[in-house]
Amino acid sequence: MKTGLYPGCSLTGSARDYNESVSALAEAFGLELIQIPDWNCCGATAAHNLNKELSLALPARILALAEKNGLEEIVVPCAACYSRLVVTQHELKKNPELKNRISEVIEMDYRGTSRILNVIEWIDKYIIPLLPEKITKPFNYKVACYYGCLLVRPNKVLNYDRAEDPQTMDIVMTKIGAQPVDYPYKTECCGAGFSISRTDIVSKLSGKIIEDAEYRGADAIIVACPMCHSNLDMRRPDINKYWKTEFKIPVIFVTQAIGLAIGLSPEKVGLKRHFVDVKIS
Amino acid sequence: MARIGVFVCHCGENISATVDCGKVAETIGKLKHVVLSTEYKYMCSDPGQTLIKEAIKEHNLTGVVVSACSPRMHEPTFRKACAEGGLNPYLCEMANLREHCSWVHEKNELTTEKAIDIVRTQVEKVKLNSALQPIKVPVTKTAMVIGGGIAGIQAALDIANTGHKVVMIERSPSIGGHMSQLSETFPTLDCSQCILTPRMVEVAQHPNITLYTYAEVESVEGFIGNFTVKVRKKAKSLDEKLCTGCGLCTTKCPQKKIPNEFEQGMGMRPAIYIPFPQAVPNRPVIDREHCTYYIKGKCKICEIVCPTKAIRFDQPDEIIELQIGAIVAATGFDIKHADFFPEYGYGRYKDIIDGLQFERLASASGPTSGVIKRPSDGQIPKNIVFIACAGSRDPAKGIAYCSKICCMYTAKHAMLYKHKVHEGKAHVFYMDIRSGGKNYDEFVRRAIEEDHVNYIRGRVSTIYERNGKLIVKGVDTLLSSMPVEIEADMVVLATAGVANSGAEELAQKLHISYDSHKFFAEAHPKLKPVETNTAGIFLAGACQNPKDIPDSVSQASGSAVKVAALFSQNELTREPLVAVVNRMGPPLHSTCVGCFLCQAVCPYQAIEREDIKTRDGKVLKSLAKINEGLCQGCGTCVALCRSKSIDLHGYSNNQVYAEVVALLNEY
Repeated sequence: MKTGLYPGCSLTGSARDYNESVSALAEAFGLELIQIPDWNCCGATAAHNLNKELSLALPARILALAEKNGLEEIVVPCAACYSRLVVTQHELKKNPELKNRISEVIEMDYRGTSRILNVIEWIDKYIIPLLPEKITKPFNYKVACYYGCLLVRPNKVLNYDRAEDPQTMDIVMTKIGAQPVDYPYKTECCGAGFSISRTDIVSKLSGKIIEDAEYRGADAIIVACPMCHSNLDMRRPDINKYWKTEFKIPVIFVTQAIGLAIGLSPEKVGLKRHFVDVKIS
Repeated sequence: MARIGVFVCHCGENISATVDCGKVAETIGKLKHVVLSTEYKYMCSDPGQTLIKEAIKEHNLTGVVVSACSPRMHEPTFRKACAEGGLNPYLCEMANLREHCSWVHEKNELTTEKAIDIVRTQVEKVKLNSALQPIKVPVTKTAMVIGGGIAGIQAALDIANTGHKVVMIERSPSIGGHMSQLSETFPTLDCSQCILTPRMVEVAQHPNITLYTYAEVESVEGFIGNFTVKVRKKAKSLDEKLCTGCGLCTTKCPQKKIPNEFEQGMGMRPAIYIPFPQAVPNRPVIDREHCTYYIKGKCKICEIVCPTKAIRFDQPDEIIELQIGAIVAATGFDIKHADFFPEYGYGRYKDIIDGLQFERLASASGPTSGVIKRPSDGQIPKNIVFIACAGSRDPAKGIAYCSKICCMYTAKHAMLYKHKVHEGKAHVFYMDIRSGGKNYDEFVRRAIEEDHVNYIRGRVSTIYERNGKLIVKGVDTLLSSMPVEIEADMVVLATAGVANSGAEELAQKLHISYDSHKFFAEAHPKLKPVETNTAGIFLAGACQNPKDIPDSVSQASGSAVKVAALFSQNELTREPLVAVVNRMGPPLHSTCVGCFLCQAVCPYQAIEREDIKTRDGKVLKSLAKINEGLCQGCGTCVALCRSKSIDLHGYSNNQVYAEVVALLNEY
């Protein structure tokens, strides 16, 4: 089965490394990923604060395009995009009148039949079964799996993992030889969109997330969200300045860690694009 | 020829302020067969009732309509008046002009029109009423109390002291319930065991009480005054008559690592055990699930050491059948445990405990002899956090209700801690402090003001372990919603009180209703708080909703009075407003075709099978038969019956048609 890919803005910009590692994995495991043609912005954090209809119409158009192109299943690596797409599908399923209205707005037929996968679900479904024989360099490190907020919340809508104490990423990490640490900060706030407007808040919050990971003896923080990554990685100089620290722990996308474990080069999975040097590969 | 008398009541101004009572009486007076239509200010008063009694004789009435308030209010009053006037009480009907009309409408023409319509329907109905006789059923004057906690104990003792027999069923090896686990009780801080154990002994020694511990209700059949209850006496694996309770077996049992239920898992017990030193009866039982002999087939050390040779490994469960007149359900509650809370580590952290575990830590008879030591390493916590409303009042957790007892016991816990660890710091996170009750708020104030417990208004979002401390992250909503972080040595969760395990199954056996949380439902939230919807079954204590000791005891005494009132009669009189299957002479016997669909829908199991037999015993026809003792007159069977063979006394199909037709016709 063909799987659609919705990259969203991050994977073509600040999280090109994430995109590269997803593509590298797809290539290595012989998985076909088809970028949804003519995709648009998911609305991210801005739309649903301004205009409910717009915030549903934007993801609905993406889903309608997937349906039109026969993509019954789409993977959405960015946790924020994933959240918007799933929430839209949920809202429109609940309210057929609104669904008709949104179809009118986007001038496309929207059925809401696509199955939306986050990156962990995609890995679980397609990569884990083939993984054992592919591993050449077990990822033998202690890792702190950081889920952030959008991957597992709101639980009632996503119906994915345990909102307070998620486990799915930890399980994936054990499959490539890593040892997840008991990490209470796995769903604490990183500061999210304040990355741009209030770096001081991001520095404070993300600093605590990093500090606890180091305290628990983790060699790396594993993430599955471009926003988390940029706050923990790109904002590292601000964080270290704010806390007067020298945190060096690298922040690695889950797909990058798997890539390394199957012997892909650091360049291939985009590790060279990080702000914090990744010395563990 | 019907001769109907109509009496329109003003109910002071309750009715007359919006309804023109004079016009109602006048209009109704013109109806066919109405020989008297009059009005009066208070029909329920003595002169009002006399008016009815005299009118019955004077006008030779065959039916009476009192147009006043709801029949739930005064139907018995007026039926009694009619009976005293010489009329069968069931020939009296009430037209509800108050709740159904005057209270809910403005004063105008239409309101009076509606009042007239209401009275007209009842006039038409009462013409078709027939004289009914109350149903009499015998009473077995033995009560059964299910559950041996404080509520069950109080109910049993109160009933027994009225001179009636009581059978108490307790599923665990000893009576005492949760109260026996508590250290001290609010708001007086008197020792729970000290006030409870004498009551437990009294139950065991009372000549009117038969106690079955380690026993459960198997099935309940029958109806008020006449229940047949089967009880499973689980095998204790010993001869209770021979056992002296010396306890030697419990000290010699090689299996010693079973989490002790009484200590809430904070201590261990052997496989043959007495739950706690003050247990009643003070005899051990063998826990067959954990006993080495039952697992591996050998051991029998208890049998070897027993000085009276009382051990019986092959003892089977015993089913006994009891004839019972009334039942009090007093099965208590349970609490959620720390593993219910993902945000507090799913029970991973040993030093996050629940309220009952803290009771055991604080109890002089507990695993630490009353010294507050934390479970992980036995250290005395210097910084302790109590979290109220853990689960309660939290719709996201599926528990929207307030567990009621937690505010008070949390204050007590904090106070007990401060009394034992003077230099320690106690913090309480709370949503609201609900301390309604005699001397309750004073008690909480004492914790805050005299014992300097730090009350923080806010919720705790997460707890995790770091550096051997429990990091409690919360918010102080009275301090500009600032985040608060406390490094605690131990955390006590005041977890939600929930229905006891097995509550649902028991409710189904008893045929009583229960709510979505599996708490047993009362018949009326205000006016029938100890009755259930099933006649003859009453409630006491926390099986209805979480309750503290005073409330449980009060309700238990209330249920005991209800039982005593029931047992004060040799025969029970019931309203004859029950369903009846028509009967006629042979060869038809009845229009009932014996499909028994009615049996399936009857919510009260009141429909039985009756075989019409020839003299030599050959079954000619099977008919449905209504058990008058069980039928509550709901009418479900009447609506369902395909051959229209069932009718309801007092609310027959014809009577209801007459009411409808009256409304449709001009007058």
